[in-house]
Amino acid sequence: MASTASTSPNISAPIKMAAQDVNVFYGDKQAIRNVSIDVGMDEVTAFIGPSGCGKSTFLRTLNRMNDTVASARVEGRITLDGEDIYSTAMDVVQLRARVGMVFQKPNPFPKSIYENVAYGPRIHGLANSRADMDVIVEQSLRRAGLWEEVKDRLQDSGTALSGGQQQRLCIGRAIAVQPEVILMDEPCSALDPIATAKIEELIHELRGKYAIVIVTHNMQQAARVSQRTAFFHLGTLVEYGVTSDIFTNPREERTKDYITGRYG
Amino acid sequence: MSHDRTPTDWSSPVMRQRIARRYAAERRFRLMGLGAVTLSAGFLLFLLVTMLSGGLTGFLRTDIALPINFPASPVMLEPAMLKGPNAQQALANANLPAVTTAAARATYGDKGEELLSDSAWVAVRDALLKDPSLLERSAVIPVPAASDIDLAHKREGTAEAEATVARLTEKGALSSTFNLDFLTMSDGTDPTQVGIWGALKGSLLTMAVTLLLSFPIGVMTAIYLEEYAGRNRWTDLIEVSINNLAAVPSIIFGLLGLAVFLNAWMLPRSAAIVGGLTLALMTMPVIVIAGRNAVKAVPPSIRDAALGVGASPIQVVFHHVLPLAMPGILTGTIIGMARALGETAPLLMIGMRAFIATPPGGVTDPATVLPVQIFLWSDEVSRGFVEKTSAAIIVLLVFLLAMNGIAIYLRNKFETRW
Amino acid sequence: MAEHTLKAFDDDIGELRALIAEMGGRAEAAIDDALVALSRRDNALAERVVEGDKAIDELEALIEKKVVQVIALRAPMADDLREIIAALKIVGVVERIGDYAKNIAKRVPLISHRSSHEPLSLLPAMGQIAREMVKGALDAFAARDAQKALWVMERDRAVDDFYNSIFRTMVTFMMENPKTISESAHILFIAKNLERVGDHATNVAEMVYYAATGAHPPERERGPDLFQEQEG
Repeated sequence: MASTASTSPNISAPIKMAAQDVNVFYGDKQAIRNVSIDVGMDEVTAFIGPSGCGKSTFLRTLNRMNDTVASARVEGRITLDGEDIYSTAMDVVQLRARVGMVFQKPNPFPKSIYENVAYGPRIHGLANSRADMDVIVEQSLRRAGLWEEVKDRLQDSGTALSGGQQQRLCIGRAIAVQPEVILMDEPCSALDPIATAKIEELIHELRGKYAIVIVTHNMQQAARVSQRTAFFHLGTLVEYGVTSDIFTNPREERTKDYITGRYG
Repeated sequence: MSHDRTPTDWSSPVMRQRIARRYAAERRFRLMGLGAVTLSAGFLLFLLVTMLSGGLTGFLRTDIALPINFPASPVMLEPAMLKGPNAQQALANANLPAVTTAAARATYGDKGEELLSDSAWVAVRDALLKDPSLLERSAVIPVPAASDIDLAHKREGTAEAEATVARLTEKGALSSTFNLDFLTMSDGTDPTQVGIWGALKGSLLTMAVTLLLSFPIGVMTAIYLEEYAGRNRWTDLIEVSINNLAAVPSIIFGLLGLAVFLNAWMLPRSAAIVGGLTLALMTMPVIVIAGRNAVKAVPPSIRDAALGVGASPIQVVFHHVLPLAMPGILTGTIIGMARALGETAPLLMIGMRAFIATPPGGVTDPATVLPVQIFLWSDEVSRGFVEKTSAAIIVLLVFLLAMNGIAIYLRNKFETRW
Repeated sequence: MAEHTLKAFDDDIGELRALIAEMGGRAEAAIDDALVALSRRDNALAERVVEGDKAIDELEALIEKKVVQVIALRAPMADDLREIIAALKIVGVVERIGDYAKNIAKRVPLISHRSSHEPLSLLPAMGQIAREMVKGALDAFAARDAQKALWVMERDRAVDDFYNSIFRTMVTFMMENPKTISESAHILFIAKNLERVGDHATNVAEMVYYAATGAHPPERERGPDLFQEQEG
């Protein structure tokens, strides 16, 4: 019942990424079971669920970050604009540029703020001149809501910023390569409430320009920022629906127990 | 529920005693640590004082004032001959040793030339080169004293030499100058004429060969093993082998060098290239181990970040991992290089113990290195070599300090840049 | 229903339910007492009902405060959220029910002892049903029982029928006896108040149904609309 009831909740936006019957194994251990889900274009999709439910694992299959784990094996089909991202025709480096990622712990490169943002465009050859690059850096930092705070100290180290600023820098860095999808793996778990609110506001502003998938432990955050919410439990997708429905009237007992704090 | 425990009395005598014991243990540990530090600092101080007191005089030279009346001497030179391109040739034909000997006899009696070093005429030559007008008048030129006079002047000599020194001092004929020759000349038989430059240059060439070979190979190996190679039985085997290699006694590397580089590859004996190759074999495992640890210490979040913006694996390594690991790799490299610099045994095996009186011109020329030079001099019979040995040790230590200084500088530079 | 991992949350909800049960109980009792006072023409009891309404108002304020606290501190979700919001709305409605009881009690002194209107004898029966509906709705809330809530909604029709019948009788009576028109109007208002109590109980039941199921109750057949009928 769980897996059939959960594919796509009358999704209105065009589908950006689609997963069909995805299974992920770490060695002999199965981390994801038969997950099928559609990620809408220009929408924020939140993955929630208890620790170890596979939501982060699943997120990392969407830009093939699991490839770096030797024992990981992915079955099933995941498409980006209809292209199978696990096919041999798909270049994984390009895929990761198109599907950007923001991590749990802010991880700016230990370089200048400018370099942090310029790095992605540089390796992909997106800027033809120094002036081009300046524009890209400014635009990306503006979109990340960080420009006003750092414009006078672009040469300072990115690691000298506060945690929240670092995370926005990381988002700016992801934006700089003009991704189509941005994956966020618990982007606020290391931040204080004010910094968290700023990131959430940023996600809200970015919505509509990118398809955003966010994994979060904080249900309130999922409720605040997302249009669609998927609840994962023990490697399966239990329920996927419009966020307001999930949080006011979940269909599945397990979802309800989790979001009302009766889990475990 | 079990019954409640009684409240702890934190100020009971037992507690107080426990606190006192804890404080005593802390104090004891601190004192022992302090003692260990003092002891090791004492050893180091002892070493430095011994070396400096014995060796610093090695950088000094005792000169004897030698008056020469050039117009009256049998020198066959005109000032004009010293101005042309043939000056060296003219000086070589001028029979300066004879002039010097005659001058010494004239001033210091029949055996006057024995007070002077064999190379005294060189000082006369250099003085003439500097100021050809000397040829037209009589002049007093300071020339190096013989080894026994030198020793007696600096410290204790034989009774006879001490008497001579007393006599010369009375005349005001003795003076001490900085022995520049020690830094610019090579091995020799007369302790007043030997220099460290040949060995130093040999060491520099050997180190250059070692560094050029072991650093890139070691770093590449470390990166490949850490970032690319999967974990299987083969990589485990390689890891164990490399760790064992780092612990192999150096003499065995010397034997290997002898068998492979000299006998099989027919490379020249006692050349810097062979020494460098041998030491590279020895240094590489150290660099690999240090490199792997440094690469391992780079936080995975940086790799994720780079992969996340679409960097290829090689870009991740060269743009992010390697620069971040560099300080650690450099530290390991310097430790390895310092060990190689002080290494003697394997170099003896490949013939770098020969008497080399000219500095090597290239990596294939016969050369010796500082520690071997020290070893050779310490074996010499002549007492004049004792202070030269100490002086050579000081040069070696300064060299090591300089290397470490450069390493620290590079490390800090990398760390602040990142 | 499994317990919350955070036990204090369960305690809060339990306290809230107890307060609402108490408030509901007081409202039921107020209706009861008002009707008893009416049938016995007991002005003293009527006075006590009017006085008792203050306690209901205070309970309402207390519960509202508690609900705001729970929302702020516990961030309830899903059925918890629906229940808390329902509680907030229910106390408002129960307070209105208390007001109707007070209104009935206030009219008791205005109806003469001699009065022996036939509809007067109908009022206790009507009041009984209205009271049962209130009790049923609050019981359903306490038990998150959607079936019970549906039952309450069904009962509304009986109250409406009573009211329609009393309305017709009183209109006829007033036309025949214009002298008692003031007293009759009071009786009519009492009937109207009881009918409103029934409506409010139905509202509560609807909220309970939504809180329990997350869906709105099925559209049910309504009784004939009095005023439309008159127009037609």
